[in-house]
Amino acid sequence: MILLETEALTRAYGGVVAVSKVDFQVEAGLITGLIGPNGAGKTTLFNNMTGLDVPSSGKVFFNNKDITGFPAHKICRMGIARTFQNIRLFKELSVVENVMIGRHFKTGKDATHGRFLNALKSYVYLKQEEQEIYEAADNWLDFFDMSQFKNELAKNLPYGRQRELEIARALATDPKLLFLDEPAAGMNPQETDHLMATIRKIRDLGITVVLIEHDMKLVMNICDTITVLNYGMKLAQGTPREIKHNPSVIEAYLGKEEE
Amino acid sequence: MFNFFLLILIYSGIYALMAIGQNVITGYGGMLSLCQAGFFAIGSYATAILATQFGWSFWATLPVAALLSAVFGLLIGLPTLRLKGDYLAIATLGFGEIVRNVLNNWDSLTNGPMGIQKIPMPDLFGFTINPYRKYAFLVMIIIFVIIAYYLFQRLARSRMGRALTAVREDEIAAQSMGINITKYKVYAFVLGAAVAGIAGSLQAVFSLSVTPGTYTFMVSVMVLCMVVLGGMGNFKAAILGAFIIQLISYFPQLTGLSSVIPPQFKQILFGLILVVMMIWRPQGLLGREEHTYGKKHAQKRGSK
Ligand SMILES: Nc1ncnc2c1ncn2[C@@H]1O[C@H](COP(=O)(O)OP(=O)(O)OP(=O)(O)O)[C@@H](O)[C@H]1O
Ligand SMILES: [Mg+2]
Repeated sequence: MILLETEALTRAYGGVVAVSKVDFQVEAGLITGLIGPNGAGKTTLFNNMTGLDVPSSGKVFFNNKDITGFPAHKICRMGIARTFQNIRLFKELSVVENVMIGRHFKTGKDATHGRFLNALKSYVYLKQEEQEIYEAADNWLDFFDMSQFKNELAKNLPYGRQRELEIARALATDPKLLFLDEPAAGMNPQETDHLMATIRKIRDLGITVVLIEHDMKLVMNICDTITVLNYGMKLAQGTPREIKHNPSVIEAYLGKEEE
Repeated sequence: MFNFFLLILIYSGIYALMAIGQNVITGYGGMLSLCQAGFFAIGSYATAILATQFGWSFWATLPVAALLSAVFGLLIGLPTLRLKGDYLAIATLGFGEIVRNVLNNWDSLTNGPMGIQKIPMPDLFGFTINPYRKYAFLVMIIIFVIIAYYLFQRLARSRMGRALTAVREDEIAAQSMGINITKYKVYAFVLGAAVAGIAGSLQAVFSLSVTPGTYTFMVSVMVLCMVVLGGMGNFKAAILGAFIIQLISYFPQLTGLSSVIPPQFKQILFGLILVVMMIWRPQGLLGREEHTYGKKHAQKRGSK
């Protein structure tokens, strides 16, 4: 089953066509890799699927519903969560508060479409609501084995932990689909191995994962299917084995390394 | 002298309400707004006009003052939300000045520069809260500050406070976590304006007259100073800041030196406070309030 797909998605910034007529499919339940040389348009494609950017043309479908141009918060509430290439944590908030923000729209007024009485109720039963939010967040911290950091400020975490915290925060929104933009960037080989195991664990929870990654070992190891972008265009799509032996992919990568 | 100290306390309370509002907008929401004086003025004039021309009691004017200020908070909040930092500051500063100019020139409603006099004193169960007998008035102000503190503190510790903080920290991440950032920014403006409107209402029944000259840009700067001095994102600090700034600004009169120290010293001092705090202690005297979670939880685990 196709969970998400784009139809001829194009995003141009003035003269620069960052993404050009890309048809991208995400199969439910799989781990999909999105690779390509620097500047190929991977992050731009993510941004256009998650509401942070609006396509110049083309469409995005999630569960067969056209979500093109939806605002980011709506898309998140529909079940699409993401992390960022250049970590975007709430730095001055504690680790657990970061994850609690992921639970934001799960309770209170936002959970019940803005009924005043519910807003009042969640205000009156503040402690109870906070406890619910806290416990859900704490469970995700346990999942990442970071409960001991819960009251640290996010900015004081080691780099690898910050990347994990960002994933925990995204998972707290109970997504069906999780986008990870270079989750292994800046990690050492050990941390990367650990991350691979974590991503598999996330998949086993029934969450579909799409990841951008330059670490080919990670990509080839854990992805069920891979899409390659080059100069904003879709170059290839297939299993890791197919991609590894695809001549145009090899050329795109080798061509880059020659420079 | 002691009476004078009571006066300072009363003004501290009135300004503390405004500072609490500023803290929602700037301390939590991260938006540099400079128009608390505008909301303050709207609250004052709402009470003054309703009480003198329509014979409303103070208590009936109070919610109207809050609501009217809140509506203006919404009106200023919506269009300026796209603006950031300096641009937002300039736009809100302009709004504050527009309010003052309208009050100055709408003679038929506001009596222009002369202002409105003879505002009736508030009554409570047959007891008149007479501002000349300062104790009763001070008690009333303190109750207002406590209630506002309690309500806003609760708000800050709820998902709404957290959402607003997230918006301040990183708008892009916040919206990607399902937070409607526009909504929360407008909320902050509306709430910050409403509580400033209440402060204005109290100001009207304290001085028993209102004139446009009271609601200058300096008032907004003073309120911002209070929040910066006390510590952004901390309601206790906003109240403390209000008290310290009031104490400083009445320092010449308090020490009997008002003939020696020119009144402009205030402006210089506030500028100096802002600069010194930015360099020496940008988080303010008390700093941002941090919340720790799961102590109970940790204890349980420890006892196992
Ligand atoms: N907001 C923007 N304005 C103008 N140009 C942009 C913008 N965002 C991206 N681009 C351009 O679009 C192209 C694709 O960028 P993008 O960040 O999507 O690449 P990427 O595949 O994620 O690369 P990397 O692997 O380096 O992260 C680049 O040429 C980039 O300069
Ligand atoms: Mg990128």
